[in-house]
Amino acid sequence: MRALTWHGKHDVRVDTVPDPEIVNPRDAIIKITATAICGSDLHLYDSVIPAMHRGDILGHEFMGEVVEVGRGSTSLRVGQKVVVPFVIACGQCFFCGKEQYSACDNSNPADKSDASEVAYGYPAAGLFGYSHLTGGYAGGQAEYARIPYSDFGPIVVPDGIEDERVLFLSDIFPTGWMAAENAGIEPGDTVVVWGCGPVGLFTIKSAIHMGAARVIAIDHHPRRLALAKQNGAEVLNYHEVKVLEALKEMTAGIGPDACIDAVGMEAHGFAPDNVIDAVKQETKLGTDRQHVLREAIMACRKGGRISMPGVYGGIGDKLPIGAFMQKGLTLKTGQTHVQKYLPKLLELVMDGQIDTTDLISHRLPLEEAATAYKNFHDNPNEWTKVVLKP
Amino acid sequence: MQTEPRSTDADMASTGFLNDDVHEGDHASSSIQAVMINRPRSELYAFWREFRNLPLFMANVRSVSSDGRDWVIAGPGGMDVELETEIVEDRPGEKIAWRSTEAADVDHEGWVEFRDNAFGRGTEVRVMISYDPLAGAVGKLVAKVMQREPRIQARRELRRFKQLMETGEVSTSQAPGAAPRG
Repeated sequence: MRALTWHGKHDVRVDTVPDPEIVNPRDAIIKITATAICGSDLHLYDSVIPAMHRGDILGHEFMGEVVEVGRGSTSLRVGQKVVVPFVIACGQCFFCGKEQYSACDNSNPADKSDASEVAYGYPAAGLFGYSHLTGGYAGGQAEYARIPYSDFGPIVVPDGIEDERVLFLSDIFPTGWMAAENAGIEPGDTVVVWGCGPVGLFTIKSAIHMGAARVIAIDHHPRRLALAKQNGAEVLNYHEVKVLEALKEMTAGIGPDACIDAVGMEAHGFAPDNVIDAVKQETKLGTDRQHVLREAIMACRKGGRISMPGVYGGIGDKLPIGAFMQKGLTLKTGQTHVQKYLPKLLELVMDGQIDTTDLISHRLPLEEAATAYKNFHDNPNEWTKVVLKP
Repeated sequence: MQTEPRSTDADMASTGFLNDDVHEGDHASSSIQAVMINRPRSELYAFWREFRNLPLFMANVRSVSSDGRDWVIAGPGGMDVELETEIVEDRPGEKIAWRSTEAADVDHEGWVEFRDNAFGRGTEVRVMISYDPLAGAVGKLVAKVMQREPRIQARRELRRFKQLMETGEVSTSQAPGAAPRG
């Protein structure tokens, strides 16, 4: 089959690779009908997530048609159309029992989980196409994919629905939804979202759906800010205003109730702390650039909440821990417990309550995936979201 | 028998090492690993006690006889190593302990213990592995078989045991079938 494979920093290629096979009883194979490039794929493209091997197939936002099921996969049938959560979860361990699916204890193979156990204290769950820290599973920017625990994770979508309307159930819609849920939104709340990429936009949509009185979105790309505005947010361009001052002024000194970091470890901008972090990241003295998290902690009102859907992978420093403690803030974060949200979010899509397609800027064949990565990386203003068709 | 903790490594900070009274492992290289498994104790014991099941989750073990005595371990270059052990303790539902016989090439011992978690979270499974690394070619082979450290070996095998018991299968992303690579 054809698949987008990783070969190093800024080097991804569409190669011919072996087809995946049913290996375990609960596996299924799907023929992929639509897949997307995620902002977090750019962390792999930039080579700031460790434990990537040459030839690894990327992609964790994908859907398709079931073409083969293992004898232990009792709930799926050949021919069904499914969306696949990017988090691989067994459904039977302690964590899955608590609906903390992205903490699944069984999905990261035993020979792959030593590294994350050292890095994080406990082994991480398996994710599709996202380094050998999280299992080394082949991703979905390909013609076919093997789905472990296929009787538990994938959600069957109704016949005839356009792929684009449900594709983002795989990651960015539930990720934005959980980010808003983690912000503990109450009536009258002002919610600030840093980053108007796909996750930021779904966070804005979700926060408004959950009843936020006001959503303020921060970015510097005009087209991304326009999308945020179109979705009901007030916008701030951090190249034009001082963010902390603007937020304080807009909330008449109270400050925002909830601050959401939808940027993560590769924050842009030229604030002094961020420049130092960028140098450290480049020289491997540190791994993460957490400018946005620092700003969110400083901006948040006393007793407020921080939600952090943005991806971090390693070590950061210079967090304003005093501000965090003295203001009595709460922080919630984590990889998304996708499976927990799917039935509810599919219903919202089917009811037409959330527009899931307005952020798509480009639709390309899988064969052009390498160019798509380059453009999504180099020109984020025009390239807001790419959907690939195998 | 040593009386001091063998390591301050957090991985090894098990009660077996912190309490002199229950200190175990006669050999130079020892490790106790623990895992919580969300299945009944009797079921886990029964699966383990059917020794022919062990290769299902012990990556380098080719076969074990039904009495648990004869082990065949896969070595490099397709060479098999035979180990002879004797079961020195078997408490149904609770504990199985083994030790190498005089005939074995590797001087080793181990046990597996099953305990109900007091707070309803399943069964606590602890495994102790202790052996003397040997010098020379056989020692190198053993180190390879043991994946260099019994600690790592025990940890991985317990993870696989947990996966198999909870989900019915052992997780894998091995290429080319499970994770095709370009």
